Amino acid sequence: MNRPLPRRLFKKWPVHLVLIGLCVLWLLPAFGLLVTSFRPFQDVNETGWWTVLSPPKGQPEYEQACAACHGNDGKQIAAADLTNPELVQSYRRSFTLIAALKRTINDQPHMGETPIPDEQAAADIATYLRRLSGIDAPPRFTLDNYIDALVGYRGNATYRADCAAGTQALDLNCDLTDLGNPRGMGRAFINSILVTVPATILPILIAAFAAYAFAWLHFPMRTWLFALLVGLQVVPLQMTLIPISRLYAQLGLNGTFPGIWLFHLGFGLPYAIYLMRNFLGSLPRDLFESAYIDGANHWTAFWRLAVPLATPAVASLAIFQFLWVWNDLLVALVFLGGQNPVMTYQISNMVTSLGSGWHLLTAAAFLSMALPMIIFFALQRYFVRGMLAGSVKG
Amino acid sequence: MAAEMQVPTIMKQGRTTPWLYVMPALIIMTVFIIYPMLNTIYLSFRNIDNTDWASAACVAGQPCWGVLENYRYALTSPIMQTAFVNNLTWIVLMVSGTVLLGLLVAVLSDRVRYEPLAKAIIFLPMAISFVGAGVIWKFMYDYGSGQVQIGFLNAVITALGGQPVSWLTTPQINNIALIVVGVWMWSGFCMTILSAAIKSVPAEILEAARVDGATEWAAFRKITVPVIWPTVTVVITTMVINVLKIFDIVYVMTGGNYGTEVIANRMYVEMYTSFQTGRAASIAVVLIVVIVPAMIYNIRRFREQEATR
Repeated sequence: MNRPLPRRLFKKWPVHLVLIGLCVLWLLPAFGLLVTSFRPFQDVNETGWWTVLSPPKGQPEYEQACAACHGNDGKQIAAADLTNPELVQSYRRSFTLIAALKRTINDQPHMGETPIPDEQAAADIATYLRRLSGIDAPPRFTLDNYIDALVGYRGNATYRADCAAGTQALDLNCDLTDLGNPRGMGRAFINSILVTVPATILPILIAAFAAYAFAWLHFPMRTWLFALLVGLQVVPLQMTLIPISRLYAQLGLNGTFPGIWLFHLGFGLPYAIYLMRNFLGSLPRDLFESAYIDGANHWTAFWRLAVPLATPAVASLAIFQFLWVWNDLLVALVFLGGQNPVMTYQISNMVTSLGSGWHLLTAAAFLSMALPMIIFFALQRYFVRGMLAGSVKG
Repeated sequence: MAAEMQVPTIMKQGRTTPWLYVMPALIIMTVFIIYPMLNTIYLSFRNIDNTDWASAACVAGQPCWGVLENYRYALTSPIMQTAFVNNLTWIVLMVSGTVLLGLLVAVLSDRVRYEPLAKAIIFLPMAISFVGAGVIWKFMYDYGSGQVQIGFLNAVITALGGQPVSWLTTPQINNIALIVVGVWMWSGFCMTILSAAIKSVPAEILEAARVDGATEWAAFRKITVPVIWPTVTVVITTMVINVLKIFDIVYVMTGGNYGTEVIANRMYVEMYTSFQTGRAASIAVVLIVVIVPAMIYNIRRFREQEATR
């Protein structure tokens, strides 16, 4: 420990190298998603997200072939101002552009000594000219993808452009009501909240009662029942889907919020009781004894003593259950489906139907990830504690 | 058992009070877990719409397992055999991948100042959904048939002069590609639990070993590993259970096509696409049968813990 600092650093370099390397590898995929979600759709399918800061497409080719005469800004020759949309409009495609370049101007070849660019380069130059003249000049970053994802826009341009032109799809009104569009992530976000909040509170409440009994009350088969509970924690969801769907079909609960709340309640209980019972059981016994001597009954001991003291356990549980329900796809797929789509359902649908609509998919995915990430960073401590105390679920 | 003695005598109340506290939970768990489990087992012996025994579907002259006909499908059909092989590949690669990477990060981050940050980064994927991770990685794996590759992996390959790979549709490669997503998501879980175990190794013992001239590797192997071994087994069991139930990644990224089928996805497809209730139930039963050993291990571990309380 007393070695000089540089030597210690030098000795540790493999550790830093491996660790930082892993961290970069871990962040890279999510970073790519984040960057892409802010890029205009014209760029997303043309170039990789890592080129986001490089010069716009066609600029190097333009500078090589045209900049000498037209200038870097395209305005050098007043008779052929390349920033003039009306002029560029007729040379939007590579073949019209090449034809123009092969022409003679005032009996001189258009390009002079410079070689005429090939098809690919001409196409790139045409792209750059469209940008230069403002015909098609997408910004480097945009929020359009998020707007489009929120309102469930599925067209070939953007929601804002379509609304400005009045060419929006029939199910869009171009006002705030579009946030409720069943295809959009805005509606799905609300649905996710409506599913998750009760599905988090209910199991914790009911588990708290049971956990208190398992920790501090005496009843026959107590240990046996608790061992059963430990076993139930690992029962796969798949084992219960079919009977519950049939039951719900009879009760008319398929596709309703109460149906999915109850299901998450049932599946959240074993783990919640297990975690809370271990926590309550580890509280000092004197505490309960003296409360009882002071005349408290179990009801008061539960509400005034156990519940306030169990706050850390409740916090861990709440985060766990919240993230579990929020991130769940299978239960939402089976019990809610398309009637009340939640975010995971909506995204998995978009993956199938959009194929390579990456600008929408990335924005939608990020919308669904934002809340869990905020919760995770704000309450990381409780999250880790809950994980260390628990086991598996679902 | 020790647990029975914990309740102070003075706190004992009437016979009904405890049941009022546990009954709501017990009833709900019975309705939503225990009854459906038993019902699923029953349905697995029934035909497609629960109108007759499964043997009714048998055709004369064709192989038939009688009332176990659904299990013939669940155990011998080519698609289920693919699923078994894939689940096994998942278990071997994902469990070893997550545990080794988790251990590596836990050990290394223990020696640097930016430990909380490094751990938060590795752990981050745990907070997002499988669906979100599916989109993230589908984008990483994107395959362009033309010149431009917008998928990062193929861009790297073409930049190095190689041929782009269609990661999600090429058999064998696609399974590995999906498992990588799982490793990315779950390494943080293993890391967190193993890291807590590593921190419980007494620093004095490690220091004493180093003073006696032990190399870092020898100290790790002879002191740290034996101390954390019980935790490692717990992590492995947990991961095996998780991997057996893997569904979302496959459903979102390939839908089980191109030879990437897994048990849980097959069960979903049989139930909600083909409406083969009996078959789906039998697959669910197969799934829980392979999980039962882990379940027993869990209960045994709990009883040991209780005994030492």
